[in-house]
Amino acid sequence: MMIIGINHYLTLAALLFTIGMFGIFLNRKNMIVILMCIELMLLAVNINFVTFSVYLGDLAGQVFSMFVLTVAAAEAAIGLAILVVFFRNKNSIAVEDIAAMKG
Amino acid sequence: MSEFGFLDFNLVPLLPEVFLALSAMGFLLIGVSFGDEARRVIPWYALLALLMTGVLVSQVSFDDAIVLGGMFKADAYSGFVKLLIIGGVMATLGLSMRYLEQEHIDQMEFYVLVLLASVGMMFMVSAVNLLSLYMALELQSLSLYVLAAFNRQSPRAAEAGVKYFALGGLASGMMLFGISLIYGFTGSLDFGTLTASMMVMQPVPFAVIFGLVFLLAGLAFKLSAAPFHMWTPDVYEGAPTAVTALFAMVPKLAALALLMRILFEPFAYLVPQWEQIIIFLAVMSMIVGAFGAIAQSNIKRLIAYSSIGHIGYALIGVAAASEGGINAVLLHMLIYMAMTAGTFAVIMAMRRGGRSVERIDDLAGLSRSQPILAYALGILMFSMAGVPPFAGFFGKLMIFQAAIGAELYALAIFGVVASVVAAYYYLRIVKVMFFDEAVLMLDLNVLSGPQRFILACSVAFVLFFILSPSAFIDSTQLAAAALFPGR
Repeated sequence: MMIIGINHYLTLAALLFTIGMFGIFLNRKNMIVILMCIELMLLAVNINFVTFSVYLGDLAGQVFSMFVLTVAAAEAAIGLAILVVFFRNKNSIAVEDIAAMKG
Repeated sequence: MSEFGFLDFNLVPLLPEVFLALSAMGFLLIGVSFGDEARRVIPWYALLALLMTGVLVSQVSFDDAIVLGGMFKADAYSGFVKLLIIGGVMATLGLSMRYLEQEHIDQMEFYVLVLLASVGMMFMVSAVNLLSLYMALELQSLSLYVLAAFNRQSPRAAEAGVKYFALGGLASGMMLFGISLIYGFTGSLDFGTLTASMMVMQPVPFAVIFGLVFLLAGLAFKLSAAPFHMWTPDVYEGAPTAVTALFAMVPKLAALALLMRILFEPFAYLVPQWEQIIIFLAVMSMIVGAFGAIAQSNIKRLIAYSSIGHIGYALIGVAAASEGGINAVLLHMLIYMAMTAGTFAVIMAMRRGGRSVERIDDLAGLSRSQPILAYALGILMFSMAGVPPFAGFFGKLMIFQAAIGAELYALAIFGVVASVVAAYYYLRIVKVMFFDEAVLMLDLNVLSGPQRFILACSVAFVLFFILSPSAFIDSTQLAAAALFPGR
């Protein structure tokens, strides 16, 4: 029987983090997806923190992950608010419409 | 420390931050309760609150008190940087008041957000734990995201906000991933414990260096050091000019101070590893700053590239990894802040028919229509280019001296070459002002009293810095020495 150890958790977190990061760059459609990708990155980091916390027997990692959750909530609220402002101005939240300024 | 860390509750070193945070929240309450009446008084209250905070910072004794269970350290280094931050924010507010009225965005939330961002920045420079570092950075970033999109009627401001938010979120995600790796492989978030374990663990595990790279990449985003600079020109151009002035002056200083604390406290034993990264960032930033600006026609974009270049010079001082290097970086940032304040006063004076204009060509003929402004901007541009005897020259000189002291000859030569290239676009502004014919005149007498005052202070600083440079160098030296206790 395979035992799920720290390596598996860390690999999962690294994979989720990478998916989140690539999602921001490769996504060509919708700004909401970018918000979701940022959230995914933060949650991947949380898996890392909780894993290390259990592995080290140190509570600081779990405390940190609670703070990250709080910040993620605030960040999502602000991100959506900015997106609403953007939508009111441009009537679109497509990524390709975020290109008025270049150079 | 007592058995329960949280009972060890000494708030005195935190007084300035607590005061500023409470004032910001108080202003929010006042603003919400009194509506339009509050609009006129809150800017002045905000300035007063910042002044009080500055007084408090200078009165708190810097006996290296570590409070909040090892989260927060008040030392001479953080004290000096906090005073600079407060000065920069006050200058921004002085510049902003009239501008916000002109653009019809003079809402009291602007001041509340600026104050909250300042609280975040003040916590950043005092953070001695990766947790408090992250929370402080997010308080600052979240306030700044909103400020970038503060002009809700403007599509460009909204776009700036979206871009800043998306890339800033990516940056803090990367930084957080780095922090989690450092935590996992050293077992601690505390700077003191990290230093001790780095000393014991030789060689340091690869994962820790990997984590440090992520942490530095995240911070480089906040610093807008190339190759993580792509948000900077767009955000500078799109955001309201008052917000751009804030972005150019203050958050970078805070991020740089934070970077130096991280590199010289917990990672002081990894100098050979991080030095390469910092050198890479410095060289890239100088290249982007020098060549990116040449083709720009918008003055705010030009200032954006100029700030990327200046961060490149500052990183040379960091790479020198010496007390002299830090001293040079602090002096350079102080001078850069003073020059930028004046430059933005002139940018805010660029209005035609009551509307703000931002093209460099709009400055044409300024020497005839408003000679005082033209000479002021001319002096500031010469100083930015690093022409002696203006202040900008001394910041660069000290940085290159520090690099030579650390035997980074190639980097120092590269810095000199980059600043020669950069001189081209600073001098182009001077040429446009003095030698080009104006097609349309700019409005006269746009600036308010506070804006004139800041412009005058900035120019006076740049002109007369040479008379007593030691007045400033002494205080940067004290601050830098605090980062090298007993070394």
